[in-house]
Amino acid sequence: MWRFAGGHAHLVRVVVDLTRCQGYGQCVFLAPEVFRMREEVLLYDLEPAADQREHLLRAAAACPVQAIHLDSVAPTEPGESTYTGKIVIVGGSLAGARAAETLRREGFAGPLTVVSEEEGEPYDRPPLSKQVLTGQVPPEHTRLPRVRELDAEWLAGTPASGLDVAAKRVLLADGREVGFDRVLLATGTRARPWQNEAEAALKGVHTLRSAHDAGALREALAAGPERVLILGAGFTGSEIASVCRELGLPVTLVERGPAPLFGALGGVLGDVAAQMQRDHGVDLRCDTTVTALEGDADGRLRGARLSDGTTIEADVAVVALGSVRNVEWLRGSGLAAGVWGVTCDAGCRAIDVNGLVLDDVFVAGDIARFPHPVYQYQFMTLEHWGNAVAQGEIAAHNMISDQAHRWPHLAVPVFWSSQFGVNVKSVGVPTFADEIAIVQGSTAERRFVAAYGYQGRITAAVTFDQGMWLEHYQRLIEQAAPFPPGDAKAEPARVPERLSAGAAATVVVTGHDPAERRVSLIHTPGGVTS
Amino acid sequence: MTCPFQRILDPSHRANPYPLFDELRATPVARQDDGTYVVSTYREIVALLHDPRVSSTRRSLRDPAFIGLDPPEHDRLRHLAMRHFGPPHNPGKIDALRPDMLAITTGLVDALAGRQRADLVDEVAYPLPVAMICRLLGVPREDESTFHAWADRLIELIGPGDDDDAERERERQEVADKLDRYLEGLVEERRREPADDMLSGLIADGGMSQGQIVRTGVLLLIAGHETTINLIANGMLTFLRNPDVLARVHDDPELIIPAVEELLRFEPPVQFISSRVALADIAVGGVTIPAGAPIVLALAAGSRDPGHVADPDTFSLDRPRNEHLGFGGGVHYCFGAPLARLEAQIALTELVRRLRNPRLVTDPPPYRPSALLRGPRHLLVEYDEILPAR
Repeated sequence: MWRFAGGHAHLVRVVVDLTRCQGYGQCVFLAPEVFRMREEVLLYDLEPAADQREHLLRAAAACPVQAIHLDSVAPTEPGESTYTGKIVIVGGSLAGARAAETLRREGFAGPLTVVSEEEGEPYDRPPLSKQVLTGQVPPEHTRLPRVRELDAEWLAGTPASGLDVAAKRVLLADGREVGFDRVLLATGTRARPWQNEAEAALKGVHTLRSAHDAGALREALAAGPERVLILGAGFTGSEIASVCRELGLPVTLVERGPAPLFGALGGVLGDVAAQMQRDHGVDLRCDTTVTALEGDADGRLRGARLSDGTTIEADVAVVALGSVRNVEWLRGSGLAAGVWGVTCDAGCRAIDVNGLVLDDVFVAGDIARFPHPVYQYQFMTLEHWGNAVAQGEIAAHNMISDQAHRWPHLAVPVFWSSQFGVNVKSVGVPTFADEIAIVQGSTAERRFVAAYGYQGRITAAVTFDQGMWLEHYQRLIEQAAPFPPGDAKAEPARVPERLSAGAAATVVVTGHDPAERRVSLIHTPGGVTS
Repeated sequence: MTCPFQRILDPSHRANPYPLFDELRATPVARQDDGTYVVSTYREIVALLHDPRVSSTRRSLRDPAFIGLDPPEHDRLRHLAMRHFGPPHNPGKIDALRPDMLAITTGLVDALAGRQRADLVDEVAYPLPVAMICRLLGVPREDESTFHAWADRLIELIGPGDDDDAERERERQEVADKLDRYLEGLVEERRREPADDMLSGLIADGGMSQGQIVRTGVLLLIAGHETTINLIANGMLTFLRNPDVLARVHDDPELIIPAVEELLRFEPPVQFISSRVALADIAVGGVTIPAGAPIVLALAAGSRDPGHVADPDTFSLDRPRNEHLGFGGGVHYCFGAPLARLEAQIALTELVRRLRNPRLVTDPPPYRPSALLRGPRHLLVEYDEILPAR
């Protein structure tokens, strides 16, 4: 165990909130050794050399949207929270770390413990599929800046194995127990492994979620494989394909849906992405799945069989088939937790199996399944960087506030990706749509804004290298503005049918008297991820 | 009483327009008698800076530079100019000019030695940015006296005036023509004999017409020095009015970084944007701006909006996240912002460090006539001595 204290003046760390970044490029001008820009794609080293300190201060100060965060340079006065209980945060990644910072910023002075499965300090994941894979930044250079002194007990390298809500204890895998008055669950997700364990164990088969994964994949790509096979053309798979092409590696990308990014952006922009990938030399196979990975006698990957009957020779494969929520440890806790995540209210308070809101258990980040009023109060999980930050902060605030001062998590979702030199940004929920319209720019030039609408109102917008306009569309979404905006021509959105992950939930009700009626959750293996 | 915006334009309010900007914010979107809408609150200004229905196109001009165009042509021309100024093609260019900026500043401050009084506008705030923009563009320093008067006059003639008549427009056109012809001559020279400068680069790229290169050159020449002069002069004026700030920046030179950001918020060189037009009916701040209406974005008012920033009329070095409108926002965000920031940081650092016991001779100082690009005409200071350069 070590204490997460921070305050090493000689170190400078930096992270850019790319949810806010609009591509003004001021940081590149003022710290050109740290930040690099390709059109609107911003790449940077999170832990630059110490002699870059002044450049970083200039860059951070100049950011027009103040999206650059450095190690604490000017500590602010803490708030005046009077909550004095003991707080435990389970999960030491982005949501958990931001929650811890927020608790201290708001003046929480009581005991704080963070339980983290991974060793070491919290790090930033988006660079792992980008500048780390290209080799521009080493995987260990992704630690997040210490925005403020935390004064927290940090239990690293120990996963939690159970939650006892009644006794208010978190159980750890090593047998220890940590008591709490209030607890925040932020255990995030892991990469969905290849379904066949023996095939997944072949040398050359990778997944990408942790810095360790990124280091291993970087090594494999740097060795110059004959061909890289990527399973799944979501954002992670597409970004990895982009890196492979940048490194000059032949790559085959196999996607179950009709187009890359189809699951997030629908078919219209999926077609734009498909053309972009093919123009960059990706061997893209849509409406296709991998049926088997094949190894040689030494247990090394040598290829794959596809659902269309063809075979592919490849010595590296990356399984990018989405993620699995780290919620197994909550089985039996009495929370409404399952493959769909951990259900909570808009204020991040967990909901138990009976549908009752708990006062002392909070949820944030990739595992939180919360109702979003802007989207017909539907429950959703958002595996976005910006959501982890915003929800972590809301949860922390609510943990130390009384009922009258709690905040709802109402942020309109924003996410970004960079691939093939293009910066893709999204606001709203693009799959919550029946129509789409290109409202600015041109898809042929891959510089455009697409707006999504549902039943005549705007619900999302996606930009390719036009990030500065995004906030206008966010405003339209927040105002429930009519769709399509202006005189743009709308066409069918071609988005995937929305699957309710909660459909996997099966419950049994027992008891007759209202005071006795209770629910039990029936667990079934598998389930969907969205 | 006349609308606060009309009084802001009146030269008698040049020294301190901020109480009028406060008054202006009481009506966030204010219709003027001539049908122009003046927008003065932070959120509403930011919304319009990012609204694709707000146009910057100046139909009256032939071959306008990118500042007077909308996407996609704006984006194309700005990208071409950016190739020779910053990222993605030339990311380190402006940062690499810091030693030059320091050397020029050192020379200018050295020249203040041997006396106890100087005009910091004429002797430092003006010559530094002019030297830098001339070097970048490829304009000979010795022509400075030629274009200086034209540029100054043009600044007085653009933006809303109290006598917006035909005579004013005729003179504006005449001065603009002179600047155009001057730049045309330089472009011709560079065509014959290319050099390592932006004009030669724009010619070599081949993406801009002759007219576009000339208009871009004029834009950068004027914007490159008629604005930073005010940032530097406003900076020393503000420091001298706030001795505690001056002392802190003197003792900790790194504080010049937040100081310049705060100056851009507190005393912005560009006070408003007066050239936008609504392309459609736009609902903002509870008002509908009708299609075709001219829009003025009062940046100086927005950066002091108490709904956006706490204690807005205090100059503070300790704002944790200083988001301001000093350089505008959206696709027209100031092209030369990094140059202006570094010039101001270096010039102000050297003035603070080397002028021993500086004090204002007159407060307020005399101001240049423009309400749009606002700053002192002279800034007379007295000091005990000039300390040696490092």
